Amino acid sequence: MIRAENLVKTYVLGGQVVHALDDVSVTIREGEMVAIRGPSGSGKSTLMNILGCLDRPETGQYFLAGEDVSKFSKNALAEVRNRRIGFVFQNFNLLPRMSALENVELPLHYAGRHDAVKAARVALETVGLSDRSHHEPAQLSGGQRQRVAIARALVTNPAILLADEPTGALDSKTGEEILALFKTLNANGHTILVVTHDAHVAAHCQREIYLHDGKIAAPPNDDPVAMSQIAADKELLPEAV
Amino acid sequence: MLFWMIVKVAFKSLMANKLRSILAMLGIIIGVAAVIAMLAIGTGAKQQVLDRISAMGTNLLYIHPSPRGTAGVISGTQLNLSDDDARAILQKIDHVKGLAPVVSRSFQVKYLNQNTLTQVLGTTPTYLSIRDFEVESGRMFSDFEVEHWDRVAVLGPLTASNLFGFSDPVGQVVKINGINFRVVGVLKSKGDQGWFNPDDQVIVPYTVEMHVLMGVTYLREIDVQCEEGSDLDAAQNDIFALMRQRHKIPAGMPDDVVIQNQSQFIEAFSATATTFTILLGTVGGISLLVGGIGIMNIMLVTVTERTREIGIRKAIGAREFDILSQFLIEAMLMSGVGGLTGMGLGIGTAWLVGQVSPFPTIVRVYSIVLALVFSAGVGVFFGFYPATRAAKLDPIEALRYE
Repeated sequence: MIRAENLVKTYVLGGQVVHALDDVSVTIREGEMVAIRGPSGSGKSTLMNILGCLDRPETGQYFLAGEDVSKFSKNALAEVRNRRIGFVFQNFNLLPRMSALENVELPLHYAGRHDAVKAARVALETVGLSDRSHHEPAQLSGGQRQRVAIARALVTNPAILLADEPTGALDSKTGEEILALFKTLNANGHTILVVTHDAHVAAHCQREIYLHDGKIAAPPNDDPVAMSQIAADKELLPEAV
Repeated sequence: MLFWMIVKVAFKSLMANKLRSILAMLGIIIGVAAVIAMLAIGTGAKQQVLDRISAMGTNLLYIHPSPRGTAGVISGTQLNLSDDDARAILQKIDHVKGLAPVVSRSFQVKYLNQNTLTQVLGTTPTYLSIRDFEVESGRMFSDFEVEHWDRVAVLGPLTASNLFGFSDPVGQVVKINGINFRVVGVLKSKGDQGWFNPDDQVIVPYTVEMHVLMGVTYLREIDVQCEEGSDLDAAQNDIFALMRQRHKIPAGMPDDVVIQNQSQFIEAFSATATTFTILLGTVGGISLLVGGIGIMNIMLVTVTERTREIGIRKAIGAREFDILSQFLIEAMLMSGVGGLTGMGLGIGTAWLVGQVSPFPTIVRVYSIVLALVFSAGVGVFFGFYPATRAAKLDPIEALRYE
């Protein structure tokens, strides 16, 4: 479903070359719920930006639904983001002064779809927020905002849902609810990729890809939550070791 | 993205910052209002003067001595028009209904302790009908008084009030250049005409002006009124020929008089008035331009402020064109609303000026169209750069922007 091969991305920071991604290959199958984990500076944000088509790798290929999108033009990438990728951000990133429903409609308008309102209502229903559709983000709680953001990500029925620290701005109880929602969505067939630094969040996923210094690595041994997963990871994803 | 969605979003974001949007639009509002009001005043003033000139009749000829000069530099005026010339024209030229010799100079005019420096114009009673003057009180002096060098004067209404205040000048004696004149009448007001106020003058018999006040034998001009419908060009040529003969100008030498007629005046004035109107319009246009810069400024601030929003929109699939059109429409909406408001204000101002001042104002449709098209253009032109900047933002950077 998602196949990225030998991704390389470097930045020059203060005269020093930083290898944000150093020959990283990832495969995510349809229907999986996978975590990308790593400490800050490990390159997980860069990987997420490339997988989310916000950025292009320097070398390497990225196949999304069988198409190599690593060489797409900016406009083509915008279309890929619009139709095949749904983003969920740590700080929700909803547009203020627009109702929940209008926020969810937005990607459909960019897609030029005329059934935007109807589809947006369905998506809001999926995340359990039908009764809040006319509230503006400022009138919603953090958990509700994140639900609206998830509905917005879902509404175009994308190939993959990319969540960047989706529980980072929420209290632990609400965070659990959001993770439970992701699990439900995953159970209904959505492919989900969660980027997090939090082992507890990663533990909710079927497997994790651990990044360290721009390379895929084994999680550190003193990481209690990850420990339990290592064995399973090795079976599911041999190249991750 | 649907057009009306963009407009709705643009409208919402303008409403979210009402004061700022209004301040940004103010430049356009004032600019458009200025263009419309200025053009209305210019057009109205032009129309008024043209009407006045036409009201005097189109059958007038004005004879002046030719200016003397070389290479375009006027170094003096020949003194060659005499009252005998005037009499000859009246007698010998066909279709001449009447004429008025004119001679004038500024003199001090005194009444008791009041005095004023004003134009004292010497002529005959015909002058009033030729120049469309009417007598308000008293009477005009007569041809008899002109022939007998009687020291009588008719005052312009402004001169009369300058010297006499609210009391009646008729029958009183004023001193012009130290010589006593009896006031026989006061003219009706014609209003200031900009370059000359016909209300501020004194009219006396030309014989007195020439021989008693100025001590000259030459006229400044002769105003000739031809019969209605007569051939002015023919009359003009006849007068030229008569003057050449009387002034003994050898063949091949240029004429020593200049003859102007009403249509030349209208033409010359129209050209001046058009220049004047263009000038006014340009001043308004410059304020429109300044208004456009104000809009660009606010749009640049808006783009910076909404960097994050742009990042979000790009992340969920907005193309560069979507972002570009969103901000461009926002700029155009601002200049468009400003333009419409300015149009209302401009028409209102023009109407108000027409009500409270002596200048009539005429709002022409072309000036409204011009101002609106210009303001929409300003919106596109000055909105384009900020919108392009927004469209070119890197989505990752934009999403990270706090």
